[in-house]
Amino acid sequence: MTTDLSRIRNFSIVAHIDHGKSTLADRLIQETETVALRDMKEQMLDAMDIERERGITIKANTVRIDYKAEDGNTYVLNLIDTPGHVDFAYEVSRSMRAVEGSLLVVDSTQGVEAQTLANVYQAIDADHEIVPVLNKIDLPASEPDRVKEQIEDVIGIDAADALLVSAKTGQGIRETLQAVVDHLPAPKGDIDAPLKAMLVDSWYDSYLGVIVLVRIVDGKLRKGDRVRFLSNGTVHHVDRIGVFRPPMTEIDELGPGEIGFLTASIKQVRDTRVGDTITHEKKGTDQALPGFKPSVPVVFCGLFPVDSAQFEDMRDAIDKLALNDASFSYEVESSAALGFGFRCGFLGLLHLEVIRDRIEREYDIDLITTAPSVVYHIHTKDGEMQELHNPADMPDLTLVDHVEEPRIKATILVPDDYLGDVLKLCQDRRGIQLDLTYAGPRAMVVYDLPLNEVVFDFYDRLKSVTKGYASFDYQMIGYREDNLVKMSVLVNEEPVDALSMMVHRDRAETRGRAMVEKLKELIPRHMFKIPIQAAIGGKVIARETLSAMRKDVTAKCYGGDATRKKKLLEKQKAGKKKMRQFGKVEIPQSAFINALKMDG
Amino acid sequence: MTENWQEAGFGLYVHWPFCAAKCPYCDFNSHVSDRVDHARWATALQRDLRYWAERTPGRRLSTIFFGGGTPSMMAPETLAAVIEAARGLWTPANDLEVTMEANPTSVEADRFAAFADAGVNRLSLGLQALDDGALRRLGRQHDVREGLAALEVSKSVVDRVSFDLIYARQDQTAKAWETELRQALDLAGEHLSLYQLTIEPGTVFARRAAVGKLRGLPDEDRAVDLWNITQDLCAAAGLTRYETSNHARPGTEARHNLIYWRGGDWLGVGPGAHGRLSFGTARLATVAHRAPGTWLDRNETTGSGTESEDALPPAEVAEEYLLMGLRTRDGIDLGRLRRLGGDVDASSLGRMVELGMVSTSGDRLRTTEAGALLLDAILAELSPIEP
Ligand SMILES: Nc1nc2c(ncn2[C@@H]2O[C@H](COP(=O)(O)OP(=O)(O)OP(=O)(O)O)[C@@H](O)[C@H]2O)c(=O)[nH]1
Ligand SMILES: C[S@@+](CC[C@H](N)C(=O)[O-])C[C@H]1O[C@@H](n2cnc3c(N)ncnc32)[C@H](O)[C@@H]1O
Ligand code: SF4
Ligand SMILES: [Mg+2]
Repeated sequence: MTTDLSRIRNFSIVAHIDHGKSTLADRLIQETETVALRDMKEQMLDAMDIERERGITIKANTVRIDYKAEDGNTYVLNLIDTPGHVDFAYEVSRSMRAVEGSLLVVDSTQGVEAQTLANVYQAIDADHEIVPVLNKIDLPASEPDRVKEQIEDVIGIDAADALLVSAKTGQGIRETLQAVVDHLPAPKGDIDAPLKAMLVDSWYDSYLGVIVLVRIVDGKLRKGDRVRFLSNGTVHHVDRIGVFRPPMTEIDELGPGEIGFLTASIKQVRDTRVGDTITHEKKGTDQALPGFKPSVPVVFCGLFPVDSAQFEDMRDAIDKLALNDASFSYEVESSAALGFGFRCGFLGLLHLEVIRDRIEREYDIDLITTAPSVVYHIHTKDGEMQELHNPADMPDLTLVDHVEEPRIKATILVPDDYLGDVLKLCQDRRGIQLDLTYAGPRAMVVYDLPLNEVVFDFYDRLKSVTKGYASFDYQMIGYREDNLVKMSVLVNEEPVDALSMMVHRDRAETRGRAMVEKLKELIPRHMFKIPIQAAIGGKVIARETLSAMRKDVTAKCYGGDATRKKKLLEKQKAGKKKMRQFGKVEIPQSAFINALKMDG
Repeated sequence: MTENWQEAGFGLYVHWPFCAAKCPYCDFNSHVSDRVDHARWATALQRDLRYWAERTPGRRLSTIFFGGGTPSMMAPETLAAVIEAARGLWTPANDLEVTMEANPTSVEADRFAAFADAGVNRLSLGLQALDDGALRRLGRQHDVREGLAALEVSKSVVDRVSFDLIYARQDQTAKAWETELRQALDLAGEHLSLYQLTIEPGTVFARRAAVGKLRGLPDEDRAVDLWNITQDLCAAAGLTRYETSNHARPGTEARHNLIYWRGGDWLGVGPGAHGRLSFGTARLATVAHRAPGTWLDRNETTGSGTESEDALPPAEVAEEYLLMGLRTRDGIDLGRLRRLGGDVDASSLGRMVELGMVSTSGDRLRTTEAGALLLDAILAELSPIEP
């Protein structure tokens, strides 16, 4: 039996990172007794190890709960808990396409932050009704009135009816459920029309194969149906239909307005496309839903196994992870310094870290990470354009006409006291100020920045210059030409491909200097002196010399006790394993990323 | 294949774990105690010897070494009893070398003659410095005058005398060391041990250094200068460096220590003593209980203070041979290393030769003058890294 449209509410829970979305979801699940009390655990939707460990949500999660409203009727509520971190903004945007409203959670001790804004704009874009929820009112630092005002001033939505909630104590939870029923619209749809379902998400489950999350727009989906994916015309036999409560619970059919899953013996996530339209094989619709803009990786880096013998294991690990995460891309890369590995594309630095952690931990492979880079557009003299994912592949300068780089629009919210530091940081990173407005004691600055100046350590720097009080969000805005060159690094006269990078010509000397100085600290001394140089084309722009080690010997080896000498030797050898032989020089693996860390 | 360990001799090391005071740089197994029951220790040491003699019958004993701690604080009777017992339990070589480490205070010097009577024929004196200020900073119990007097006494009671100096000390200039070393060379007999001061973890010096209160230690460049001065002056005086920190007139090297460096066999008794004993192809690494009380207790209840004895895996036997052997001027025999199941990394060897750190002639591998100062780094290169 399908649910009457008027008794359905679908909504996403959105907020800045850590404002309490997942905890609120816990309370909603608990209040409606969807899960027995003894089975509840904190942030229960954050099921991945990495989510639990870091206390953040990475993957959006859907739950169906039944709520007995004040009018005596039972409503079906489908909630989607979303991630707050900017890297996973794509998860939020496609989740929003599957629902009609959003609970906008704002931490009442923090107020509106950059992702609060970003999420609101997305919700407005998706034509959502928005219900503001002020969370954490149990905390002494909570200032609901100030935050309400802020919501009205900065975001421009009415906060008079904002709910006062503590997802910790449970205060305001019933009111939140009732507000969902009262203020969010019921979905629309025609049960008699041909099936039209939106493919919202898909992931791989080792028992069931690919699981497809769907939102039914029109018609009815039943177990046993044969369905067609409009994008590629493939036909599948639906062998299971169900909903998340939060465990997968099988049901027989899904009607308009409902959200649930299907399985159909699909082997790879890559065979499904999020945003696709699913219909019946026979008497289906041929009208596709608008679809989603595909997510594009914006940050690229090389990942190499420390132990080159593990390359095949690594391929296996990456293939498996990719089964579940269509948003990251990878291709084999070979480096003279690091051997075989993969050039991988990610949605952002956190995404990069998450994937790298998972490979290292779940597959027990130690990795070397090279400096993150962005995708450049290289326009060659013959009028062609090629995408450059790896600075090492930069064509010869004589062939290049001009280079374009990706730019972003960054929005930063920061207390007035730190504004000067933030402006300086953005300026130093070749930013162009687009806007500067105030909301009470906080400033909102909008900058046009080159993505390559941001990917590496911008966020860390921002956090440190503002003592953690700034929040940051960004969107890609397109490509623009600039004076960009490839800077190579030579260690002992030999170029180390894994250290080459694209830089703005005006900043090349500064970066080159910082790079060679850093490398001088990071490379241990050898038995001979080692020149370290940064160069553009054939021209050296910075140089340092690492002096030779002169003395390293144990003065006394007493009473024939070789035990300590052996331990020392074992330690030295263990250290050597963390090195990469490069020509005659050994470079520590960590240097490949640490060499990029700048202090300014 | 079977190794003839006795080629390098068979030695006995006896550890005496007590000292009058603990020196701030010292991390040896030494303890300060005013209630040492000498008779009980004498009995116990002999008991341990008997325990091991049963397992090492028929060996020819080439050296005995009393180390510490401060073995010159042993009662001469204890020493006599131990030497006597050892001579009875194994077949002593005609030229049995019996060395004692001695602290050069007047109290001890007064007993040197008695030690010589007990059978000691070589004394190694812990002079440490020829500068009163330096001796105070090193926490020593003697001053220069007392030390030199003890040296005179040593020379009068035994033929073979060596002494130790610690250099690269706090605030020690190249000039000052040169003067001090020249003086030492004038005083030296056949043998000198010259150690650069090492800040060992767990010592008073290490704790001081950690809080920045151990100032004036030489940086690397100065340490190298001091080393070079040492090499030049010793060579000119005919005291060849035959091991990292040991110099001798050719033919007068400390034979006991050469056993360690050449991968020979030795029995170690007394608290914390290490030993290496070969039985056929197996090589046993023995370690005695470190705490004097525990050692004594185990000795009295089980017949030996030994805490562990483990057969060394072949790779470790080879590794020890490599890392001990390269300390000597003579270096190692690559053929023997390979027979032991070890080897050196061939490409690293090539690089080390090219850099002038080591040299080979036939199967002999040695460090060069430059390489001797970088031995630990060289070993890390040569020693093959297991996957
Ligand atoms: N005191 C208090 N703490 C809360 C409340 N709600 C959430 N928290 C805490 O705030 C932290 C973040 O909560 P989460 O629910 O993980 O936040 P989130 O918004 O899901 O975070 P992301 O998914 O990473 O964006 C956790 O430590 C929660 O225990 C609340 O009402 N009161
Ligand atoms: C067992 S120790 C001491 C023997 C005797 N108890 C003494 O102090 O004279 C042997 C030698 O090692 C040297 N030595 C000890 N600790 C040292 C250190 N931290 N650095 C350099 N040499 C050291 C000293 O020269 C010492 O004489
Ligand atoms: S240096 Fe010698 S006297 Fe000083 S504590 Fe160590 S063993 Fe004892
Ligand atoms: Mg969350």
